[in-house]
Amino acid sequence: MDREIIRIENLTKIFRSRNKEVVALKDLNLSVKEGEFLVIVGPSGCGKSTLLRILAGLEKKTYGEIYIKSKIENRPITAVVFQGDAVFPWMKVIENVEYSLKLRGVPSEERKKIAQFYLKLMGLENFADYYPHQLSGGMKQRVNVARAFASDPEILLMDEPFGALDEQNRLILQQELLKIWEGSGKTAIFITHSIDEAIFLGDRIVVMTAQPGRVKAAFDVGFERPREMLSLKSTPQFIELYRKVWEVLKEEVLKSRK
Amino acid sequence: MNAVQENLNQTIKMEDLADDVENDSKQRKAFFLKTFSFLSPLFLLLLWEALAALKLIDVRLFSSPSRIFETFVPLVASGELLYHTLISTSRIISGFIVGAVPGVILGLSMGLFPPVRALLMPLVAVTFPIPKLAIMPLILIVFGLGESSKIFTIAIGVFYLVLINTMAGVLNIDPIYIDVAKSFSASKIQFYTTVAFPGALPMIFAGLKLGMGTALLLIVAAELSAARAGVGWMIWRAYDMFDIERMFCALIVLAFLGYIFSYLLDIIEKIVIPWKNYQ
Repeated sequence: MDREIIRIENLTKIFRSRNKEVVALKDLNLSVKEGEFLVIVGPSGCGKSTLLRILAGLEKKTYGEIYIKSKIENRPITAVVFQGDAVFPWMKVIENVEYSLKLRGVPSEERKKIAQFYLKLMGLENFADYYPHQLSGGMKQRVNVARAFASDPEILLMDEPFGALDEQNRLILQQELLKIWEGSGKTAIFITHSIDEAIFLGDRIVVMTAQPGRVKAAFDVGFERPREMLSLKSTPQFIELYRKVWEVLKEEVLKSRK
Repeated sequence: MNAVQENLNQTIKMEDLADDVENDSKQRKAFFLKTFSFLSPLFLLLLWEALAALKLIDVRLFSSPSRIFETFVPLVASGELLYHTLISTSRIISGFIVGAVPGVILGLSMGLFPPVRALLMPLVAVTFPIPKLAIMPLILIVFGLGESSKIFTIAIGVFYLVLINTMAGVLNIDPIYIDVAKSFSASKIQFYTTVAFPGALPMIFAGLKLGMGTALLLIVAAELSAARAGVGWMIWRAYDMFDIERMFCALIVLAFLGYIFSYLLDIIEKIVIPWKNYQ
């Protein structure tokens, strides 16, 4: 559990356009433990998505070092649950979930079995042959989560996956995500705006500074699992932690507004 | 108590009534609308016939539905109309395929590969605005008076519309889908087959439909010169002979062809793109 899986040293990302330079991340240092659920919060535009995209290999770092100590072979190191509507509309639900397995050349029988397992976990077993346009936003996001888990990565990267959902759907999906994650033993990095969500899901919360992004503070969450949102929210420890995180975050939000 | 119950019953009945009224009026509305869309062309035909009968329009120029019908029946019975229709149809389909297939292939490659786009885009941009009818004489000189000149005239009109729409379809794929493929380390070929092509399909079909419209336009022009058969030829021939009824018969066939082709494309689209929301 205490084995370090990701170490990021002095990570810097500079976006250059013709006559402008934007420093999105500057000398960011972060260590993530194996099997940990790490939540990153920070003001809008602080570079948290950029950090995730660099870890997912979608963006190149400008300088700094990233060490990922992976012990697995022929499985992906990371998989991403994206923020928006990232389910392929031209594939059926089950084809979406088995997408990464198909890319890797997993035989059809086996990938059907794996996909069905995760569909069932997300309560989608009756929708395998539906097309995404027939699903609600909450169900599409379930497909998105199932697709990432089905690829069986060592590290799960989630970029505000429930940000576009309504409150009720979000609560249900948070609970389901925890259930599926607890059974998987995977390392998770989760980005959110919501402190509630951060405390409910995370083992550890990292607050980032306003742009350029850096790690400002980290909080251990320490609540036992499995967790239940309602009972958790009414404990004094929750409120205390919420206050602490908000105090640190507020400074940065105010800074980013200038 | 009794009074209350009675009242309650009354309420329920009223609700039922309200439901019925609503359903009734909805059905009636739908029925009226359907009748309207059926009656409007019929009304126009009757009006036309009446104006002709009352000699308010010159039948030598505008003919009348009954006169056209009298010409139409023997044309169908003798098989002459079918003969011309089949010839035009085969020209349209050949031209459509000859134009659409390279249009899709080039459009995909221009959308996917920036060097190809850089190389070909100026050529497309310069040649696309040239009216296709303006290059018909050139086509005739190059391809001669046979079938190939007619097929090529149609093909070139279809080609540009399919090319430009296909390229736009690839370029407009939501970047998030590209990220998904990348994040799962899809190879280039896997990306083309699982994201770029299916993602561009709706636009490809939009291009095909536009191309079909152009094909119908061009068939008439293509059969103006150096043709000895075809629906377009029939129109020009009727013009030469001042045979207005025959001209109208050919126009009817063209309208029918246009309807059939767009209907077929709709069906093919629903088979090829079952995932699109057709609502």
